[in-house]
Amino acid sequence: MSNSFVVEKSAEGQIAILKLAGFLDAHTAPEFEAAMQGLIDEGKNRIIVECSGLTYISSAGLGVFMGFVEDIRDRGGDIKICSLVPKVQQVFELLGFHQLFHIVGSLPEAVQKFEHSPVWEE
Amino acid sequence: MATIEKRFVLQVPSSTRNLALVREFVGSVGQQAGMEASEVAKLQLAVDEACSNVIEHAYCHDDTQEVVIRVSFDDAEMRFDVIDTGCCFDPHAIAQKDLDQLIAERRKGGLGLRLIQSLMDEVQYEIEPGKKNQLHMVKRLRKDPTA
Repeated sequence: MSNSFVVEKSAEGQIAILKLAGFLDAHTAPEFEAAMQGLIDEGKNRIIVECSGLTYISSAGLGVFMGFVEDIRDRGGDIKICSLVPKVQQVFELLGFHQLFHIVGSLPEAVQKFEHSPVWEE
Repeated sequence: MATIEKRFVLQVPSSTRNLALVREFVGSVGQQAGMEASEVAKLQLAVDEACSNVIEHAYCHDDTQEVVIRVSFDDAEMRFDVIDTGCCFDPHAIAQKDLDQLIAERRKGGLGLRLIQSLMDEVQYEIEPGKKNQLHMVKRLRKDPTA
């Protein structure tokens, strides 16, 4: 039975990277939330969430993005999302996340996005 | 010609640790109904959302309570009932805001019912105050009639 979830932290220059893998649901979302809060506490406001290993997401996982992004943008930063597998991307799109977040295909593209569009502009 | 209905029931303690079990159960029944993997994934997500709502809102994370998931299908449709005996809540009251509005309010919730409604063909709540709450969902099976 699959309910494992892993979040790994790394960095590329001033950009913090959270790499998610496994199942992100109401049971595992607190782990993601804690990792995100840890970055906020460290004063990071440029965050990439890399999702190539993420095989499942429910609204509890999406809620973590929602709960943090406005504060991060208020501080001049942003959350960029990259490398979604099709099944997970479908859930993001179903709720309209692609209209409110920069979602790109790969980690290098996400890094580049911070260079060209560091802040979210509607 | 009359079709035979197949029925399945899962009863689990009201804990988020059981969401994986719920998804496996729904996945297994969806496969038996002959649904494609991508459609099965949508059913798993919808029932996960329904159970997560029960655990959080109806039972307030009290894992001594139980959630019942009933699934049945015939040739025409799959029917899901998620039943609890917790406090009733109006799910529509927490799901009517736009996503950008929820983000502006730093809200983490409010998306579950919206997902359920976009994934299922029919969604209905039956609330019997003090007795039970039942979320009824229907997914019509798209089978090729010439097959």
